[in-house]
Amino acid sequence: MGEPRRKLTGSGRTGRARATETVVRTIIASSGWVAIVILTAIAIFLGTNAWPALSSPVAGLWRMLTGTAWYSTATPPEFGFLPYIVSTLRVTGVALAIAVPIGIAAAVFISEFAGRRIKEISKSIIEFMAAVPSVVYGLMGVYVVGPAVKDLLHLTSALTALSAGIVLAFMALPTIVSISEDAMHAVPSDLRMGSLALGNTRWQTAYKVIVPAAGSGIFASVMLGMGRAIGETMVVLMVAGGTMDLTWSLTASARPLTAVIASEMGEVVQGGLHYSALFVIGLTLFVITFAANLAADLVLERQRRRWRR
Amino acid sequence: MTRARARARTRRARVVETLMRIVTGGAAALIVLSAFGLLGYLLVRGLPSISWVFLTAMPKLGGIFPAIVGTFWLTAGTAVFSLPIGIAAGIYLSEYAPRSRRTRFIRLSIANMAGVPSIVYGLFGLAVFVMLFGFKVSILSGALTLACLTLPVIITTTEEALRQVPQDLRQASLALGATRWRTIYKVVLPAAAPGIVTGSILGLSRASGETAPVLFTAVFFSAPLPTSPFDKVMALPYHIYIMATQPNHPQPGIVWGSALVLVAGVTVINIVAAAWRSRARRRVTW
Amino acid sequence: MAFARKKEGHVVSTLQQGCFDLRDVSVAYGKETAVSGVAMSIEPHSVTALIGPSGCGKSTLLRCLNRMNDELGDVRVGGTILLDGEDIYSGDVDPVELRSRVGQVFQRPNPFPMSIYDNVAYGPRTLGTRDRGELEALIEDSLRRAALWEEVGGNLKKHAFELSGGQQQRLCIARALATKPEVLLMDEPASALDPISTQLIEDTIAELKSDVTIVIVTHNMQQAARISDRTAFMLRESMDRPAGLVEIGDTRQMFTKPVDKRTEAYITGRFG
Repeated sequence: MGEPRRKLTGSGRTGRARATETVVRTIIASSGWVAIVILTAIAIFLGTNAWPALSSPVAGLWRMLTGTAWYSTATPPEFGFLPYIVSTLRVTGVALAIAVPIGIAAAVFISEFAGRRIKEISKSIIEFMAAVPSVVYGLMGVYVVGPAVKDLLHLTSALTALSAGIVLAFMALPTIVSISEDAMHAVPSDLRMGSLALGNTRWQTAYKVIVPAAGSGIFASVMLGMGRAIGETMVVLMVAGGTMDLTWSLTASARPLTAVIASEMGEVVQGGLHYSALFVIGLTLFVITFAANLAADLVLERQRRRWRR
Repeated sequence: MTRARARARTRRARVVETLMRIVTGGAAALIVLSAFGLLGYLLVRGLPSISWVFLTAMPKLGGIFPAIVGTFWLTAGTAVFSLPIGIAAGIYLSEYAPRSRRTRFIRLSIANMAGVPSIVYGLFGLAVFVMLFGFKVSILSGALTLACLTLPVIITTTEEALRQVPQDLRQASLALGATRWRTIYKVVLPAAAPGIVTGSILGLSRASGETAPVLFTAVFFSAPLPTSPFDKVMALPYHIYIMATQPNHPQPGIVWGSALVLVAGVTVINIVAAAWRSRARRRVTW
Repeated sequence: MAFARKKEGHVVSTLQQGCFDLRDVSVAYGKETAVSGVAMSIEPHSVTALIGPSGCGKSTLLRCLNRMNDELGDVRVGGTILLDGEDIYSGDVDPVELRSRVGQVFQRPNPFPMSIYDNVAYGPRTLGTRDRGELEALIEDSLRRAALWEEVGGNLKKHAFELSGGQQQRLCIARALATKPEVLLMDEPASALDPISTQLIEDTIAELKSDVTIVIVTHNMQQAARISDRTAFMLRESMDRPAGLVEIGDTRQMFTKPVDKRTEAYITGRFG
């Protein structure tokens, strides 16, 4: 009709809108980098604080990693933390031995056998379990699991690698179950339908088709669950007992890397060699969990691309 | 294959099927029952301790008020530091980031941040906030440390919530002459808000239950009510830990009561948040 | 109709017509050329239909007219597209501004998760209109033109999702009309709707064309024959050659005596 024509090129309104857009875009884009910044900062600060111990003639990386004696108050002090590495391996081993089979089995059930209601209920319960604070799990270890294990196996102590490992399994289970279940759920239903149409039972479909197809996702879930077990502090601090001995026995107490840091950091001289040695342990933990996470990420990324989710 | 053999095969398969259903179902049941067991045990041992006095009195009178207050302020501080940056980063990843190697690198970093042990965050907080920045052991240091821990959760949850908003809403807005940012601000963010809020609440509730990051950055066994962000505080999870590991177990009642308060708080918040999200979600897609 | 932006923009005393002129237009996604060699004109105050089998580039071409292709990433548009004599792809043209003059209605109704009022007000608010009286008048006008006022005028605060599919699409039409565009692009607007809603929308299009130029993509030939004044037939003959415009002309003539044999083949149903 008879409307005066609007100009296509920058009127005041679009000029302002464009300026806002640029400003906002810059702010938002820079926040995108925050994760990289923090991760790098963690690595840097762990490194710089660990350096005094790593470069000290008394300690040094090799002696620390392979040494079996941790005498932080002696002169000269010794900072061998191999026993603690072994402790971490012990509790994590127990945790995974329990959590992996049970977790994958439960994931298979939820994904392939369960009806919708059971699926929803199970998923909520598992979310609940993941939200329970680690101290509370520690309490259960000290008051319930530990004594039960002690009585059942006639041990001398309730605080052992085994008890701690059992509790850790409960903490790793939600991760393993939910990520494995996601992976199985992501397998296209055509494959499932195809297998059933050939006369396979649900179980045969599950182990012949679904689990192999979701294999990388399941692997990733185990990696992540393992990372959680390795990195857990409060449970092992309260339940594992705290021995400094180098032993592989599951019924002996244990002092994983995380527990060492937590129990000793409060008493060290800040900036001293002991302080730095604890940072070396922290750095070790960081590297191990970083590697496990990276493996899981790459595998999950590949799975995502395969099914083009 | 003969008919008989085929039938035998099928029968065997059905038996195996039933067996495996029981086995895997048993695994799932084991997990579910343990969860109920945990909750039940907590209730049984903790409920007797819960009282108004318990929640509002100072430790000398057998209460845990300062620990509740400390946890509250730590969580509030965590929210202040993690939400703006986390949500902005989530918006970047969902709405602006190109499909490039750099973006993949960012995503990888976020996933890795989520896997860093909480005690390592504690060390980081100690080295940077307590020592380097000189904030000392304080709510500020603790909140900053917890914020680093919570950041990946906020970012991931924001990005996912934004992705759920259908693409044609963005198209409609752009076709009406709106800029990208206006589209995000007026259409996409409001639509994704329930998911973002719920996810953030869940992430923050997890932060409130963490002990390791605040061990050397914020807490003290016994501290008065805080009056500034630079004060030390008590915190519920730490309080539980200390009380439970004292050699002369004086008050199991306090231990279990505090544990119940902590778990109940986290659970109630989770349930309310999830319920609100499913109600609000109905209004976004049809 | 007074608009706040009149104070900011320059007022040129040429009338808005909504007349497009396309010269040798091509569209390439990355390395692949999807459409090429399109030359046509869109007459103002008329309905032009783009028809052709799927994959013939009609939606791609449509998206060039309001530069929505820009949002898809690595897209290059060659040739010239003039809107009332202005090159819409020239360096200083702001796509955002263009889209307030060239509106679009999509295949599936996509109302915002807001009230009817806020949906229709979205465009004008973006353009800077704040005055309540102005907004309300604008909203009523747009809803009337979209033949939706009778059904929803009593309760504009109703949430858009409570409307039926056909009503939602008419709401989207009203929403697009609220910015007073000269041209309205419609990409198969009725394909997701039932026959009654389709009829309503076709009637609306017939009414609208007196003050808005309409370009409609449709896979439904009968629809094109019913409502359009001019029809353009596009075709992609093989996967290694880009799609192109085969023929454009008066609708009645196209459907009774098409010039090109390929047009005749499509219209008589021999393929597509």
